[in-house]
Amino acid sequence: MSASFKAIKKLANLVLTSMRIGDWFILLAASVGIGILFQSLWSTTHAAKLQIRMGDHVHALYDLNIARDVHIHGALGDAIIQIADGKARFAKSPCHNQYCVHQGWLSRTGQAAICLPNQISLELIGEHKPFDTLNY
Amino acid sequence: MQIQTTQDDHRIAKLAAFAIALHMVEALLPSPIPGVKPGIANIVTLFVLLRYDFATAAWVSILRVFASSLLLGQFLSPTFMLSLSGAVLSLAVLALGVRLPKQYFGPVSLSILAAFAHIAGQLLLVRLWLIPHAGIAYLIPIFALAALIFGVINGLITAKLVYQHDHQPDYEHQSLQ
Repeated sequence: MSASFKAIKKLANLVLTSMRIGDWFILLAASVGIGILFQSLWSTTHAAKLQIRMGDHVHALYDLNIARDVHIHGALGDAIIQIADGKARFAKSPCHNQYCVHQGWLSRTGQAAICLPNQISLELIGEHKPFDTLNY
Repeated sequence: MQIQTTQDDHRIAKLAAFAIALHMVEALLPSPIPGVKPGIANIVTLFVLLRYDFATAAWVSILRVFASSLLLGQFLSPTFMLSLSGAVLSLAVLALGVRLPKQYFGPVSLSILAAFAHIAGQLLLVRLWLIPHAGIAYLIPIFALAALIFGVINGLITAKLVYQHDHQPDYEHQSLQ
């Protein structure tokens, strides 16, 4: 008990003797900066709307809070997009690989599911869009 | 053929050997998060910068990167490139950092700045060459946090070493007597 107390005292002594005012300032500035980094890059804001694109144009925009199944006719055939509890997913797709279906539910702003064969893509949109565009 | 070596060469070699040894020890330690390392070899770079000069510190740092990669079989591999880009950028920041007023900014400041420069150099290389995808932005906060924590710890260790060095009799001088 007293050994660990001594070690802590020694460490505190080292911190107090070797840290100068500028060091504390840099430590504080860096901590604030990291906090901002976490907040801006790890934002998990829930999305508000679902944007469905077909080919190169926006097909429709749906509110994520209203549950529904959207039937869309894509390049290959009919796809079903399910919306429920602020989430959206490809429930059914006529494509060969079924990558879009396996991607599952999307719930965070900026998340996207793309079905290339059927030329349909989903993108979740929040109150504020975290970035302008995604390139694949 | 005999290469003429100066006193400075011997000192650089000795200090670089310390840094290489620390680098080897670190290479053996498992890391909880891939890519996050304490960077204890940078303690030597900082110590040399504060007790000798920038040129010596740069020599020690770069020699350490090359020699360690040769010993670990990573020479010219992505690991080596990451190590080199981190070391070069952190040296660049240290070159500016030593100009900060000494009465306000001690070893801890330099250590934190160097640690941030280190990960900045590495992440830049990863983004431009290894994984050219915006997704790595997700990792920036973790690496930045690790850099701050290890930067402070390494800085405190450097401060202690510098203090001890200044308050102890010169061993090299003693051995001559």
